[in-house]
Order: sequence, then structure tokens, then C-alpha cells
Amino acid sequence: MANDAGEDDEIVLSELDDEALNLQMQDDLYDGLKEEIEEGVRILLERGWAPYDILTRVLVAGMQVVGDDFRDGILFVPEVLLAANAMKGGMAILRPLLAETGAPKMGKMVIGTVKGDIHDIGKNLVGMMMEGAGFEVIDLGINTEAESYIEALKREEADILGMSALLTTTMPYMKVVIDTMKEKGIREDYIVLVGGAPLNEEFGRAIGADAYCRDAAVAVETAKAFVSRKHNRMSAG
Amino acid sequence: MTDALTKLLAQRDWLMADGATGTTLFNMGLQSGDSPELWNVAHPDRIARLYRGAVDAGSDIFLTNSFGGNAARLKLHDAQHRVRELNRAAAEIGREVADRAGRPVVVAGSIGPTGEIMEPMGTLAYSSAVEIFHEQAEGLKEGGVDLLWVETISAPEEYRAAAEAARLADMPWCGTMSFDTSGRTMMGVTSADMVKLVEKLEHRPLAFGANCGVGASDLLRTILGFVAQGVERPLIAKGNAGIPKYEDGHIHYDGTPELMAEYAVLARDAGARIIGGCCGTTTAHLERMHEALSTRAPGPRPTLEMISERLGGFSSASDGTDGRQPRSRSRRGRRRG
Repeated sequence: MANDAGEDDEIVLSELDDEALNLQMQDDLYDGLKEEIEEGVRILLERGWAPYDILTRVLVAGMQVVGDDFRDGILFVPEVLLAANAMKGGMAILRPLLAETGAPKMGKMVIGTVKGDIHDIGKNLVGMMMEGAGFEVIDLGINTEAESYIEALKREEADILGMSALLTTTMPYMKVVIDTMKEKGIREDYIVLVGGAPLNEEFGRAIGADAYCRDAAVAVETAKAFVSRKHNRMSAG
Repeated sequence: MTDALTKLLAQRDWLMADGATGTTLFNMGLQSGDSPELWNVAHPDRIARLYRGAVDAGSDIFLTNSFGGNAARLKLHDAQHRVRELNRAAAEIGREVADRAGRPVVVAGSIGPTGEIMEPMGTLAYSSAVEIFHEQAEGLKEGGVDLLWVETISAPEEYRAAAEAARLADMPWCGTMSFDTSGRTMMGVTSADMVKLVEKLEHRPLAFGANCGVGASDLLRTILGFVAQGVERPLIAKGNAGIPKYEDGHIHYDGTPELMAEYAVLARDAGARIIGGCCGTTTAHLERMHEALSTRAPGPRPTLEMISERLGGFSSASDGTDGRQPRSRSRRGRRRG
């Protein structure tokens, strides 16, 4: 900005100490500054930060703020998309390193718009936000059949199924998918989240989903809560 | 030459637009996932029936069955090469129905969103969006629509692209956005933002407003938001018949014809001159809306309290225009230019 040019414009990331750099990166993420995020990730790696710490303590923490502000009506889709895009830039650097170091995984989600429905903006947004929160996302695209969902869940050893629908005429298909999972005896193996403009909590309950998620930020929060519950159950035996 | 809508607006205080297209076509047997636009050629009789339903219920304006008729949407059905043909057919059927109505009826060529996210957030370039809309506009024009009707738009860039397409096609147009996220569009546009957007355009719409969204109350709050900006341009209110509910495996909209009649009268009192429905609005709803608009005397501009009392509450406390929306948090680091 022209009026407060000078020292504010001359932040050199490499001159900031770890604490200041972390906060600056979270703000840069908030502003969707992809190149700055990539630069910051490289600096932290050079300083010996573990890739997993950069992911969780900087990027995921920063996206949490973005998600909260989206939920609270402070940020809207354009800002969230830019932030997710910046996050992706950082993730592209971290992903191979995370795999090498055997870092713990947040979880894996299979997501798709249901059969008969070709609307994908909401679904894409959830996918981006989930990736932003550190989840691995397998996107099956639009017009997805029950069999495709189930096949992908098994193949990918996923934790979560996410289904989206924008039409009142296609949302009942979610129940078909869940009923098919029940028939196969695999319903309880997965966390099932549903979303889309015409849905509501009541509908989610009626069709047997684990939760209805009002927006992408809620989807991320819900996924985190269910995954940690699942982990707790597993460690409890 | 004065266009058909301007002529009608000069004669009448209010005009009634149509109701739901998608909902009605599904009731005629359209399968989920199929493109409604293909029916313009495959089942022209059903499309004529859809249009006549609105005309017989008293609509002065109806929208053509071409909402998803742009190349970006038709691509999902492998029909992107049929844009011109499908739009022309949608318009021709409409022209014929309107010309036989026995009174002036405006055929509005519906143009819905591309479904793509525009640059820099997404991948769709402004120039591509203009091209996509322009192709569709030319098809609708060839088929004889009176004007173009851009609807359910969320992004300001996409609205601008549609305006530019209308200019290139040398057609008058109307354009509404869908305010479905805490009183804003999905892309964060408030009612006040839209007024500024419209008035800055080179090729301005004859009328503008809101369609779809979250229900009748929210839609009227958006209309009041437009009015608060002191607009002179005619306003359009095209709200859904309530909110979709799931019961016994079926979906229905909970807005009764009586509720929509109440909504129509309140919309007029709020300042809208073109009033119609959107998803879930059947001919039964339209008939009651028409009756109410014809028989009930105009009243004072409703307050938000009156609206929520008569139509139900709002989906969010603020619509982003009243200064009561959540405040942006203060930054911990320093902002860079």
C-alpha cells in the first residue's frame, strides 16, 4: 500500500526469527500469498524444522483461522480459495518429505458429487479445505455411483466418505449409497459426511449419515473430530 | 425501438415473472443428471407446456429453458457443440407461446452461471466467460427472445462478463444474483455491492435483483438492501417457495401458495416491480401470487420485523449491509503491500 510504504513493505522472511516467521506465514496464508508461503516453507526446512511441524504448527494452524473466519461470515469463498491455493503451494514442497519421514497422517477422504448431479463448486471447496487441513483427498468428480464410492473407499483405505448434492432431486441418492454400504456390512468402517445447499441436519440424520456439514469449514472441523474419536477408540482397544 | 419489457413497465406498476423451471420439468419426468436443455429439441411439447403453465397462471414474463445452455455446462453432457441449436429452440418455443397468449408476454432468454470459478481464484478467464455467454446469447436472439435474463450469478466478474455478452449480442437484458450465504452471494457480494456493480457497467440491465437463495424472507431482506441504496432501476424479486424438506423419501418445498402470495405482496411493498418465484414455485403458487398482486392494495414498505413475522425468520442475523456483521480480526503480523 502506498500510504504506509516503508518498513511494512520490507519484510524479509529470512530475517525473522522462527516465532515471527510462523506468525507472518499464517498471515500470508490468510492473504493467499502463495509465493511467500513457498518461500517460508523452504526457510523453515533449511532451519531444520520437521516437515510435519511446518504442516501442523504453521500451515494447518493458519488455515484454521481462515476456516473459522469463513464459518463466522468474515471471509467468503474467494478469500478461502486463495488461501487454499497458497496452502497447496506449501504442501507441494512438503508432501514428498512427509512421505519420506513417515509422518503421521491426518486421514484420507473420498469425495464426490452424487449420481445425477453435476454441481461441483461446493464439493471442490470442501476438497480444498480438507487438503488445507492436511487430509488426503481422493476426488471422484461429479455424477458418482454408489459402487464407485465404495470401490474407492476400499482401494484407497480411506477413513471418510464425503458426498455432495446441489439438487433436491439428487440428494436422496445419498441414502442409496449409505444403504448399499450397510448391505455390504461396511457402513461402520467409514465416517460418512454429507453436504450441499438443499440439505440440513435433519436430512443427514434421516438417511443415516454421521453428520451433515453446513459448509467447508464445518466439514473440516467435523472430519477432525470424528477421526480423533476413531483413533481414540482404536487405541482404547 | 423500445423493447417489450420497457413498454410493459411503462404501463404497469408491477409485472409477474414465472416460477420454477427445474422443479416443473422433474415433475414432467426429467431424470436427475439429464440436461433440461436437451428437451428443447427432444420434447418441445413439454417445454411449451412449461411455458404455457406460467402464462396461464398470469405471468407477464417467462424464462426460457436454457439456464444450463452454455458451453461450460453442456460440456458435462457432451453437448457443448449444440449451444446455438438448443438455445434457439428454447427461444422459438417461447416466442410461439408468447405470441399466442392474447396479451403482451415477454420472452426472457435464461442464462445461468458457467459453474466455473473465475480467475484469479479459479481457472475461467473473463474473456472466455464473455465468449461462452455470447455464444448462448446469439442462439437465444436467433430464436426470438425479447431480452436476455441472466440469473443465479454469484461472482461479480461473471455478472460483468454476462453484461458484456449482452452488449456484444446487442440485446437488452436483466440480471439477478443469488444471495445464499448469510445474505451475500457465495462469493461474498452484498446487496449494496450489487447496486454499485450494476451502475458501473457499460451495458446496464433494464432491471436487476435477486433470485433463488435461501427462502422468501432472506430474498426480501436483499430487496430492502437494494432499495436502501436509492436505486431507480426496476428491481426483480424471484424467490424460492420456502426451503426444501425431506419427508418419506421425497423432497418438497415448504412454501405454500398462501405464503408465496404473501411474499409477492411484500416484495411489491418492499420496492420490487418484477415479482416471480424460483425453485419449488408451481403454477398453483403463481396463481395465488397473481391474485394477491391484483386484488390487494399496496402497503407501506415492510420492515424486517414484519417480514419475519409474516414469512418466517432469516437465515442469518446480518446480511453484511447493516454494520452488524462480524468484524475482521486484527492481524498478528505485519501486512504487506
